[in-house]
Amino acid sequence: MEPEMESDIAPTPPTTSRQVLSEGSEWSFELLDCYDREIARVAAHYGLDTYPSQIEIITSEQMIDAYSSVGMPVGYHHWSYGKQFIATQRGYKRGQMGLAYEIVINSSPCIAYLMEENTMTMQVLVIAHAAYGHNSFFKGNYLFRTWTDAEGILDYLVFARNFIAECEQRHGEEAVEELLDSCHALMNLGVDRYKRPARLSMAKEQLRQTEREAYLQSQVNDLWRTLPTRQVAGQEKLAARFPSEPQENLLYFIEKNAPRLEPWQREIVRIVRKIAQYFYPQRQTQVMNEGWATFWHYTLLNHLYEEGKLTDGFMMEFLQSHTNVVYQPPYNSRHYNGINPYALGFAMFTDLRRICEHPTEEDRRWFPELAGSDWVKSLDFAMRNFKDESFIAQYLSPKLIRDFKLFTMVDDDTEEKLEVTAIHDDAGYRAVRQQLAEQYNLGNREPNIQVYEVDVFGDRSLSLRHYMHDRRPLGESTPEMLRHVARLWGYTVRIDSVDQNGVSHMTAVSEV
Amino acid sequence: MNRLVDRRLSGKNRSAVNRQRFLRRFKAQIRKAASEVVSGRKVTDMERGEKISIPSKDLSEPIFHHGPGGRRNIVLPGNRDFVTGDRVDRPEGGGGTGSGGGPADESMDDFVFELSKEEFMDYFFQDLALPDLVKKQLAAVPEVKKARAGFVSQGNPSNLHVVRSMKQAIGRRLAMAAGPRDALREAEEKLAELEANGLGTSAEADELREEIASFKARLAAVPFIDTWDLRYANRVEQPTPSSQAVMFCLMDVSGSMDEDRKNIAKRFFMLLYLFLTKSYERIDVVFIRHHTVAKEVDEEDFFSSRESGGTVVSSALELMRDIILERYPSANWNIYAAQASDGDNWEDDSPRCRELLHSILPLTQYYAYVEIEAEEPQSLWHEYERVKAASPRFAMQRILTLEDIYPVFRELFRKKVA
Repeated sequence: MEPEMESDIAPTPPTTSRQVLSEGSEWSFELLDCYDREIARVAAHYGLDTYPSQIEIITSEQMIDAYSSVGMPVGYHHWSYGKQFIATQRGYKRGQMGLAYEIVINSSPCIAYLMEENTMTMQVLVIAHAAYGHNSFFKGNYLFRTWTDAEGILDYLVFARNFIAECEQRHGEEAVEELLDSCHALMNLGVDRYKRPARLSMAKEQLRQTEREAYLQSQVNDLWRTLPTRQVAGQEKLAARFPSEPQENLLYFIEKNAPRLEPWQREIVRIVRKIAQYFYPQRQTQVMNEGWATFWHYTLLNHLYEEGKLTDGFMMEFLQSHTNVVYQPPYNSRHYNGINPYALGFAMFTDLRRICEHPTEEDRRWFPELAGSDWVKSLDFAMRNFKDESFIAQYLSPKLIRDFKLFTMVDDDTEEKLEVTAIHDDAGYRAVRQQLAEQYNLGNREPNIQVYEVDVFGDRSLSLRHYMHDRRPLGESTPEMLRHVARLWGYTVRIDSVDQNGVSHMTAVSEV
Repeated sequence: MNRLVDRRLSGKNRSAVNRQRFLRRFKAQIRKAASEVVSGRKVTDMERGEKISIPSKDLSEPIFHHGPGGRRNIVLPGNRDFVTGDRVDRPEGGGGTGSGGGPADESMDDFVFELSKEEFMDYFFQDLALPDLVKKQLAAVPEVKKARAGFVSQGNPSNLHVVRSMKQAIGRRLAMAAGPRDALREAEEKLAELEANGLGTSAEADELREEIASFKARLAAVPFIDTWDLRYANRVEQPTPSSQAVMFCLMDVSGSMDEDRKNIAKRFFMLLYLFLTKSYERIDVVFIRHHTVAKEVDEEDFFSSRESGGTVVSSALELMRDIILERYPSANWNIYAAQASDGDNWEDDSPRCRELLHSILPLTQYYAYVEIEAEEPQSLWHEYERVKAASPRFAMQRILTLEDIYPVFRELFRKKVA
């Protein structure tokens, strides 16, 4: 028996000392620094590439502040943030909800907030999760690389806040608030999905802003010129439709073409649009981003534990919190609130590592190129080159579908009952995987609405088109939304829904 | 390279502006909610914040979203017994499986939040059209006076009490020096004895001399004054008003006083009460309701009961006079009275009221009378006008809206402000 007992003890890498870093749950700056160095060492060992990070210790009140400005470290003023603040504060005071342990901002340096009230263990978990997990994701993932400029964002937010404050002084808080309300409502329709955005920077923005104002106004004036330049040109224009192709970025279209906006109003539309664009990748990579960060805090801390640097008590607390985070309640549970992105993401990255290290027969069939490969490299590749939709379509394994017991249902309003279309069996794996991937396609989740036509020579009305997917209609907020569009456009706005057969029907009109 | 930054001390109220914007935007709703709250509160219960709830739908931030209908695919976790091809009923009310359009269903609840005391008072005052100076005066924290309260061992240098500290030092020096001094005396006596016996050069004597030196050193090391000795004068804040007042609320509860009128009356009483809290430490409130007979009641009965029949105002005044004589001797109490009525009174009774008031007014500080939504001034009003002409302590006002309440108290507040 004795030899076996021996082998139960984890093998110790001989190079590092087995001294625990600290005992007890009180944290101090020295300890944080010491843990951070250790985590950095292990992260480097696994080849995590990160922006430098700035870890800020804040109080719970400051955390509530940070929450309510949607995580933007510098924000302009708007009542909706006040509403968010009040709601968060109330929830926190009543003890209904804990605050998130951390907020991390996609900027360089990457800012991570730690709450003062956290225990030592939680602080370390958060450092590993935010300052290494999320941070490396921000730096590596292709969406963030393409769409966001981590170095320019803080400057840009400062520019935005100052500009909006200045507008409030000049034009009154009410006018700015109305405009922001409408812009916020259309935020989701203010992103370019395909075109690459220009880099943000405060210096450039300020420099170009005045120039742009003048230029834009001249463009708009030209478009809305009432005197025909020449008879022939006028005839041609009548035939040509405007815009020549449907436009997906509603806010961009409004910024460039709305006839009655003043230059400062265009600039505010632009600011909201830029911020929407900045957050767009986060909305597309929830599962991956959280999964990646969770996978790495788990891996990094376990590595440190195996080196003997963490106490058993530390690990117990860590594991309890980790387990809570990655819990997925079943669909019929009272706690069910959609698929938990932490749970799914963590499970997928863990499963990827398993496929690389200990592939089964099934894995070899499904993922021939992954099975047996270097897991660090394969995970890095997955992190860099996918978003939620494609990540799930590519990597969700049959084993995970079984573990989560995923199944798909169809809810068709022409049928009386719901139908179960696929479950976790051989026949269903591919269908489940495809449907789950679809579920993360923002294009399916949000209605597809585009700018269709402007009646340039008539009443200047704007026509939007809603391209229906699976016959799904627009919700009850549509008339109110059209009022927002009309406020920006300045003339009548109407929206038509087009179903799959190309038949359109008028959904709503907002007359001005 | 990572940086650790301690931000705990940098500003925490970054959202204060946003919160104010929120309050401003939903002013109308909050005001409505606040005025409902006032109706539910006790007259004496003004000095606290309030939970305000407004319907969530009023403050929604809309986005384009899908409505119900069409064909949706849903992927769910935790399958237990479904197999492909099963058909199940739609769940009721969107719980469980129908999770796709979630957020829209959840927003049915009211949005509830806390107004601070100051904010709440602001909304209360808005209806009453109070002058700013008065508002400020009512909402302000009561003035405090610093009063001596013994001595403490910690404080700021300006409060250092020298005599006390020195006394403390003497005591400490005595206590600390007592042991060594006794030992020193003993050693010196022994040494003197040895020297007397001619043993002044013996080893024992040397030892004693060494001891003596060390005792002397210890005595010299006892500090003349130490931080332990310092005593500071202690001052505590005491609210300045330290007298007592009684407030009489008189209200007509005959059939013609309906809910609206009572609500106006309630605010009238509240305002007087608020004024009193600023001036007096202890306030009793006496509620007297009357129709043809008067009765002392508690607050709940006061506002809720309603009787039919005629009105005899003098009954209430008599009861008030009796209570004053019996329980509130005017030497010890500042007496305030507020009377609300719709102006109805028996014709013959009004002169009697005037006579009664002539005997009551000298006992009181202030007597305020309001006639709420009365048709035409009647006999009571005319009689009271004569009272008013005779006494500066009497104020009266006809009230149609809440803004009319304040003028009744104008004299009262002017005195206070000056």
